[in-house]
Amino acid sequence: MPSNIVKKYYRSNTLPHIWCHGCGNGIVTRCIVKAIDALGLDKNDVCVVSGIGCSSRASGYLDFNTLHTTHGRALAFATGVKLANPKLHVIVITGDGDSSAIGGNHLIHACRRNIDITTIVFNNNIYGMTGGQYSPTTPTGEKGTTAPYGNIDPNFDLCSLAKAAGASYVARGTAYGAVQLQKLIENGLKNKGFSFIEAITACPTYYGRKNKKGSVVNMMELVRDSAVVNNAWEKLSDEQKQGKFIVGEFYNEPRPEYTEQYDKIIAQYRKEGGL
Amino acid sequence: MTIKLMQGNEACVEGALRAGMRFYAGYPITPSTEIAEIASVELPKYGGKFIQMEDEISGMAAAIGASLTGIKSMTATSGPGFSLKQENLGFAIIGEIPCVVVNVQRGGPSTGLPTAPSQGDIMQARWGTHGDHSIIALYPNSVREIYDTTIRAFNLAEKYRTPVILLLDEIIGHMREKIEIPDDSEIEIINRKKPTCSPKEYKAYKVKDGDMVPEMAPFGSGYRFHVTGLVHGETGFPAGSDKSESLLNRLIRKIEDNVDDICTYDEYMLEDADTAIVSFGCTSRSAIAAIKNLRKEGYKIGMFRPITIWPSPEKKLIELSKKVNRIVVVEMNAGQYFLEVDRIAGKNTQVEKYGRLNGEIITPDEIISVIKEGHNA
Repeated sequence: MPSNIVKKYYRSNTLPHIWCHGCGNGIVTRCIVKAIDALGLDKNDVCVVSGIGCSSRASGYLDFNTLHTTHGRALAFATGVKLANPKLHVIVITGDGDSSAIGGNHLIHACRRNIDITTIVFNNNIYGMTGGQYSPTTPTGEKGTTAPYGNIDPNFDLCSLAKAAGASYVARGTAYGAVQLQKLIENGLKNKGFSFIEAITACPTYYGRKNKKGSVVNMMELVRDSAVVNNAWEKLSDEQKQGKFIVGEFYNEPRPEYTEQYDKIIAQYRKEGGL
Repeated sequence: MTIKLMQGNEACVEGALRAGMRFYAGYPITPSTEIAEIASVELPKYGGKFIQMEDEISGMAAAIGASLTGIKSMTATSGPGFSLKQENLGFAIIGEIPCVVVNVQRGGPSTGLPTAPSQGDIMQARWGTHGDHSIIALYPNSVREIYDTTIRAFNLAEKYRTPVILLLDEIIGHMREKIEIPDDSEIEIINRKKPTCSPKEYKAYKVKDGDMVPEMAPFGSGYRFHVTGLVHGETGFPAGSDKSESLLNRLIRKIEDNVDDICTYDEYMLEDADTAIVSFGCTSRSAIAAIKNLRKEGYKIGMFRPITIWPSPEKKLIELSKKVNRIVVVEMNAGQYFLEVDRIAGKNTQVEKYGRLNGEIITPDEIISVIKEGHNA
């Protein structure tokens, strides 16, 4: 039997989803929905915009105003939706390749504008939909179908990128730590500005097989064991930090939000009798 | 009625505002930049929104996103930017999102001749985005006609739920002319159809019997629906290849079956003509001057000027091909619309092309020479 969360927020006629067994995307999607539920947002006021890739298929399963766009462009479409109707709670679902390779430019400028959009990047370190090519977040040395001898690209730290570009809320969680991830998304939704949440998830089918990471359970345990909370990180030696990442809230500094700034211009320059 | 001296690009924004545009997203590019600049000044006065995006791709995307909230939106660009907009232009076609895309043409390919005119994007307007589709592209030739045609572009976008391309060129975009601003009684404004059923019954891409355009609810209105660039069924959710044929055929037919409603054109001195020039935009202005002079010398010549470039006015071109013994397609490119005119009219009459690629307008004298050279008295 579907849970109350599924009944209330999922489009049951579009399920089952397309994701592979052991994929973390379902957990991350559920965290988003539970965060929306915890904040009591009206479904009619929520707009979920996604790009292209495995994670971006989530928009079709969710019973909100949903927009499944072109590869990398979710934030550009979302910017139009939000600016045109600032009353909508706009959430962007995207992947590591979608947001930081083909959509990298849109990401840094959405951060810079501090437009009130909450972006959740499902980071599985690989292009899953196309069958396992290396992405900007594939760790150096790891393999993909287009990095058969090991990836020589340095990988992106997406949270550092978002913070440097101007996002007013930046956090990282994992599909393993679902309770924490839901809380981080809630806080992101509460922030009036651009919120960036990186959700580390696992792709057993492509990333896992190509890099011999073991079973689905092994991969989930790897996510668990690689995630280090903020205050524990400092106590690790450089050697211990290898292959690990910090989780938690990195930045939460509200600053003027884009659509509110634009509304001030309208308030000042609107003609009498204007629409 | 108000009389104003106005630039073509300015008339485009004024027409757009009159049509109800309340959102503009774009990126600076010569020779269309005035459209963005004027939109940024004017939109807040109407409670509308302007945003300068990080690139051309996102300008198109944001215009589509805004339209989904029920607001009329526009973006403007020139050749290099038009190339970049093609990706999301296709999204607007398959997702049936009304919006207007202005392309103030300049010389290409690539950076080409940034400040010089061209009519080199006629075929890109038709086939720029990938996959099978139909498209509406309009091309006025005066400042007043830019005003009216921009309104019409919005009307057609709303009526047929499709992106409409408004082609201008560097000359008519930057040209200043006296224009009469029409009164409200002279202007028709069309708005997209909204659903009459309840949100529960709403299927975002279901068409009623005898109609080919689905009703469109805005995001945030209680009608929760899904929009995707994937092939989809009438619910809007991704569907298999079995739905592809019916969807794409409907998207093509909603335009092609309404050619008579969509197509507008201008016939100039064609009543007794044995020779016709086919021309549009800036070049048609030279053609008019050439025709006036040739008429003085006794030539029976006129012009057929499509204002709707795509879909092409096929019936009118067939009619013309049966009436004249020579058609010369004069355009500032290597012969793009010539291909379409020759396809339609070539079996009935002689169709020739005359064009140039150096960024300088084709002069009336040149057209006169071309007509005289090929003339069999």
